[in-house]
Amino acid sequence: MIQVNSKKTPFTFDSIEPESGLRAALGMSRADIIGEVSACALRGRGGAGFPTGTKWNLAAAARVKPGGAKYVVCNADEGEPGTFKDRVLLAEHADMVFEGMTIGARAIGAPHGILYLRSEYVYLRPHLESVLARRRSENLLGKDIGGVAGFTFDIHIHMGAGAYVCGEETALIESLEGYRGEPRNRPPFPVDTGFQGQPTVVNNVETFAWVVCILSRSASWFKAIGTKTSTGYKLLSVSGDCREPGVYEVPLGISVAELLAKVGGEGAKAVQIGGASGHCVPASEFGRKIAFEDASTGGSIIVFGPGRDMLAVARNFMEFFVEESCGQCTPCRAGNTKLLEGVEMLERGECSMSYLQELLALGETMQLASKCGLGQSSPNAFVSIVKHFKDEIMGRTLAN
Amino acid sequence: MLVGQQQRLQEDIREIVAQHGHDRSALIPVLQELQKRHTTVSDFAMQVVADELGIHPAEVYGVTSFYAFLRQPTKGRFVFRLCRTISCELGGKSRVARQLENDLGIAFGETTGDGRFGLEWASCLGMCDQGPALLVNDRVYTRVTPEQVHQIIDECKSTFGAHARQAAHS
Ligand SMILES: Cc1cc2nc3c(=O)[nH]c(=O)nc-3n(C[C@H](O)[C@H](O)[C@H](O)COP(=O)(O)O)c2cc1C
Ligand code: SF4
Repeated sequence: MIQVNSKKTPFTFDSIEPESGLRAALGMSRADIIGEVSACALRGRGGAGFPTGTKWNLAAAARVKPGGAKYVVCNADEGEPGTFKDRVLLAEHADMVFEGMTIGARAIGAPHGILYLRSEYVYLRPHLESVLARRRSENLLGKDIGGVAGFTFDIHIHMGAGAYVCGEETALIESLEGYRGEPRNRPPFPVDTGFQGQPTVVNNVETFAWVVCILSRSASWFKAIGTKTSTGYKLLSVSGDCREPGVYEVPLGISVAELLAKVGGEGAKAVQIGGASGHCVPASEFGRKIAFEDASTGGSIIVFGPGRDMLAVARNFMEFFVEESCGQCTPCRAGNTKLLEGVEMLERGECSMSYLQELLALGETMQLASKCGLGQSSPNAFVSIVKHFKDEIMGRTLAN
Repeated sequence: MLVGQQQRLQEDIREIVAQHGHDRSALIPVLQELQKRHTTVSDFAMQVVADELGIHPAEVYGVTSFYAFLRQPTKGRFVFRLCRTISCELGGKSRVARQLENDLGIAFGETTGDGRFGLEWASCLGMCDQGPALLVNDRVYTRVTPEQVHQIIDECKSTFGAHARQAAHS
């Protein structure tokens, strides 16, 4: 049965006193809270790495449309292949995630919070509801939170229904509003026109948990960890061919080789960094750093051992995107199907070098012309596998 | 469908909508609850939901068909969803898939004749460190081996008695 504990290292979250972040926030002005989150240079942990302080500042400054209010949304859609750290956080540190949302609500002035939970994690819901109920009874949610007159905030859970694209923040908002999860054109951005047209902050589960640590300790503590442009620790979900798969807390900037040594994946042939939408890094590049400025990831690390067929890997990723494209725009809808057909031609040993070049050019078009991050990143895995493993994938005979 | 059945379904939907509210944002939660109670969202049910929320039935169909967990092609009381994403593939999902087909006697995308079991693929279930992963309704099984498949099916059968509805959704 379910083994929730995938933790392979201690987490900073274990050593933070419960509610110490919220307590600190309640003694600060809204501008000061956002100032701390900006000063530590925290970047979103959901993949895109947008500076959290900047996002909160925009939402705090945005004007509410008549009759409504602002929203804080926690993105627990976690659909990227190979990512499961948010599941572990929700199972083991739910209080801290809700505490972080409450700090966000205080910072931007939002009375409503929503946890968008993927339907694949529905079994976590009873636990999460009970944590919310307890927080209400402890006056950590509801009216006059922590005795601060006029600070009202509550959180409810909204279930997803099985669509990877709904992790994209504007698709998520469409889904919350009861529509097909089709990404919107941006601008306007959710910080200005989000759920029900109101200013909305959407952050990843892990991002909210770090906010708590930052307010509990300090911005300078966080900033001292990691690299200059990728500060702090990051949770990595490690799976594939290694002895100890699971969730690891590491400082950003760690090299792929260092990580492999930790997880028992020495001797790997390649590592997929960032999930299906990320890049395949071959052994010759294991000196690269896991950071926003180099090999960037929302947390997914998949290790491929020496015996793996990289074309089979590319096929699995392309099948994923063909299935999960929302179909709204042509580069993504048609492009992913074309790339999958290309993989099939390679499998049969029927793809000429010039056609392969055409497929790579198509990949570039998709990266440029697709409407949302799904289509823009869907060729990455195919392109990087072709680039690094031509030897292995060209001129196949059906026997291999 | 018999008139009596239709009427009961209609009443059920009204009750669900009353709980979730008549706002458009209630549409997906309403459909999810409906599916939970009736294993599927029929054309008739979509019509009633549309009437209750004051939107066109085509809108309800559009939403239902968009989401994998709502448009599910199968109708079993127990829906088996095997993760087909990369880490579970590396972990050996193909043999589990074959054994599921053998022991259930159906292919992916099908429902058993007695309406008990449906078999489907799922995208990443977020159990990548413990694959192959299998979701059966709300329950997740990890590190599934081909020989365990039979036992999982038996577990479902043993809960499919007097308390079937409750057990199926717990
Ligand atoms: C196709 C697609 C799927 C995404 N899935 C997720 C997800 O599951 N969880 C998440 O936090 N962000 C996801 N994102 C990123 C969100 O759009 C958004 O940037 C993020 O939730 C912002 O939070 P952060 O700044 O705290 O990372 C996805 C983006 C795209 C394009
Ligand atoms: S890029 Fe793909 S997922 Fe994004 S809007 Fe276009 S079709 Fe939909």
